[in-house]
Amino acid sequence: MPTTTENNQPIWMRRTPARQYAIWFMWFLGVMLFLLCFKVVSDNTIWEFLTDAHVQAASLIGRMVPPDWSITGSLMLPLWDTINIATVGTALGVFIAFPLAFLAARNTTPHPALRAFALSVIVSSRSINALIWAILLVTMIGPGLLAGMIAIALRSIGFVGKLLYEAIEEIQPTPVEAITSTGAGRMQVLAFSVLPQIMPAFAGITVYRWDINIRESTTLGLVGAGGIGLQMNAAINNLAWAQVATVFVLIFGTVIVSEWVSAKVRHAVI
Amino acid sequence: MSASNAQVDLARVAAAKGGNWRPLPLISNRNLRWGLNLAVLIYIVLVYYSVDINWARVAQGMDRAINFVSSFFTPDFVTRGGEIAVGLRESLTMTFVATVIGIALAIPVGLGAARNIAPRPVYFFCRTIIALSRTFQEIIIAILFVAMFGFGPLAGVFTLAFATIGFMAKLLAEDIEDAQNEPLEAIRATGAGWLQWINYAVQPQVMPRLIGLSLYRLDINFRESAVIGIVGAGGIGATLNTSINRYDYDTSAAVLLTIIGIVLMSEYLSGYVRKWTA
Amino acid sequence: MLELKGLAKRYATGDLALDNVDLIVPAGQVLALIGPSGAGKSTLIRCVNRLVEPTSGTIKLDGDDITKVRGNRLRQARRQIGMIFQNYALVERLSVMENVLSGRLAYVGFWRSYFRKFPQSDIAQAFKILERVGLETMIDKRGDALSGGQKQRVGIARALMQNPKLLLVDEPTASLDPKTSRQIMRLICELCAEQNLATIINIHDVALAQQFVHRVVGLRAGAIVYDGPPEGLTPEILTTIYGEEDWTTTHKDNDEEDKPDNKGVEAALLGGHP
Repeated sequence: MPTTTENNQPIWMRRTPARQYAIWFMWFLGVMLFLLCFKVVSDNTIWEFLTDAHVQAASLIGRMVPPDWSITGSLMLPLWDTINIATVGTALGVFIAFPLAFLAARNTTPHPALRAFALSVIVSSRSINALIWAILLVTMIGPGLLAGMIAIALRSIGFVGKLLYEAIEEIQPTPVEAITSTGAGRMQVLAFSVLPQIMPAFAGITVYRWDINIRESTTLGLVGAGGIGLQMNAAINNLAWAQVATVFVLIFGTVIVSEWVSAKVRHAVI
Repeated sequence: MSASNAQVDLARVAAAKGGNWRPLPLISNRNLRWGLNLAVLIYIVLVYYSVDINWARVAQGMDRAINFVSSFFTPDFVTRGGEIAVGLRESLTMTFVATVIGIALAIPVGLGAARNIAPRPVYFFCRTIIALSRTFQEIIIAILFVAMFGFGPLAGVFTLAFATIGFMAKLLAEDIEDAQNEPLEAIRATGAGWLQWINYAVQPQVMPRLIGLSLYRLDINFRESAVIGIVGAGGIGATLNTSINRYDYDTSAAVLLTIIGIVLMSEYLSGYVRKWTA
Repeated sequence: MLELKGLAKRYATGDLALDNVDLIVPAGQVLALIGPSGAGKSTLIRCVNRLVEPTSGTIKLDGDDITKVRGNRLRQARRQIGMIFQNYALVERLSVMENVLSGRLAYVGFWRSYFRKFPQSDIAQAFKILERVGLETMIDKRGDALSGGQKQRVGIARALMQNPKLLLVDEPTASLDPKTSRQIMRLICELCAEQNLATIINIHDVALAQQFVHRVVGLRAGAIVYDGPPEGLTPEILTTIYGEEDWTTTHKDNDEEDKPDNKGVEAALLGGHP
């Protein structure tokens, strides 16, 4: 469209002028919104704190290096707890998410009302961070690993449920038709046509979430839900930054290993 | 290995002919299969003994759990309405500022972390930034930044921006590595400069996904902004934390419902934008 | 005029892809490079515009040594060398016009290209070339909305926008049907004649090559084993290039393959644009 001729010369523009102005205007609005938001942030910031931020940062890093390796041994049990929180939490979450995904998928749901219910459970679970679940659970059932595991499970339901129901909605319909046409029952159709198609995705999603849960479970101790975060919290409260640094290094190592494991397994199943 | 597999198959075929067919096991190697089963069993036993559950305390908490669940039907937006509004405004503004800054910084890092367009040293440098940013949860970063910059939303903005860099740069780099190679070669062959090359060959290929991911990250940052307030980095998290600690579950429910509502809205919005930029 | 002297390329894997190649291509000559897969055809033309770095030897374009140039001077050299690709290599999400104008990138600064504010003369040239390849009504179509033949025409237009002295063409017809293949080959050869370009065409289809080019170079295991007119490709020569095979039936087979499309081919051969 944007071609015209002027003095026998063809003119080309990428967009019509109206569209180009609209785009500039959108950019203008975006920049204005950014500045406005920045002003709100800035009004609530005590900028005086920032004048010595580099001093604070330097002293913080100075106190973290070198890490206090002497506590490494005493961190092994909390680390084991952290991994358990992630693993059991993932297993629990997946256990609930699996049937939920079938209720939420458009092509397998028994009833639209059930679908709406399943979707709202999924979105609620997804919207709320594991740490918030942990705070809630700690006030309810007391501090400890169990609160952490349930918190991780509650957060995982939404994640696994969403990715899984999307996978179910993307399956090929022909095998479903074929199995249905043999006269199979509802559950048999699911088992013989849907399940085989989503199994690799299911395994991949589970391991992926487990990897994320390892990261998340490292912080649950900050609110009393067990694991290595408890030690981190204690060290931070005592301003023992060298010990905090040790915890950081351990977390870093664990996360790298779990990411490697997760990548390997996902590679194997897909 | 393959010979033994063939033998097993023959045995299976013979058994099946005899009317004794069994479905194929998921893992064909028998030792590995049993080894894994055993390992899982041992793990469950170990976990059972290392988790110490105080069932009396759990039973005691059930009242509160029921209170909490029922409060979702009677959320109280009013009593602490002022605090919720202030916290929400702070969360939303922090989220937007941090996402914009984070993406602006993530783009160069992402370009540097793409194996097919970055020189080796730059690649390793950018991958290190990504690994650091992705390993540590927002809350940990927030603790550090609060210690450095003091309480308030600025620490929150830095936290979310830092987390955004790792997330966006990693996915952007993967997308660039998956880009079609021929157009990259073709634009290079025209004698284009490096920036022109990025603008003409790389940008068109990754732009739709970049926009989709940015919206997704905006959503994540909003959810995270509800958490980092707990350690003093601004946002609605402080309000939420206080209400939970006071067992004021009606207010907690109001805050949580607000968060859920905003996440839902952003999901619809990003669905539209994605269709629009495809 | 392109002069290659002692050109060799050994990949990091140790494979010797090019072995001491000497080649002179004068302006206006269309040269077909044939040879089995893995003979080094693709490496050879990629060495010329330095998408692949040659291990040794020299490349001279109109007397300028471009073997070792870097940075700006490399881009100056590349803009004199147009390249056409097997899979068209269009940037699919850019419009036809943007794809064509990307041939001018080395002539304009970054900001001009970023805002798509190309000089008026470039726009005029783009329209002229698009008219020549028959796509002047498609300028705002996106690359992924075109058919294979149309994409390749855009690819040709992009290469010509560079005002090249030399054209490198990598398997231009490998992804096209026989009729479109002939049209594209004819178009390339006509354009080369019009603009007096030296041209190297990598091609698998020997019969198609014989139909259009002035000179054929056969490559085997990175070395030149034949250099002469297309008529000189006897079965013996083809055996040296490709290995043992019954070469006498090549032409016949090709003709039979084309049969369902014969009318179109006839029309194309007569220069009609269906």
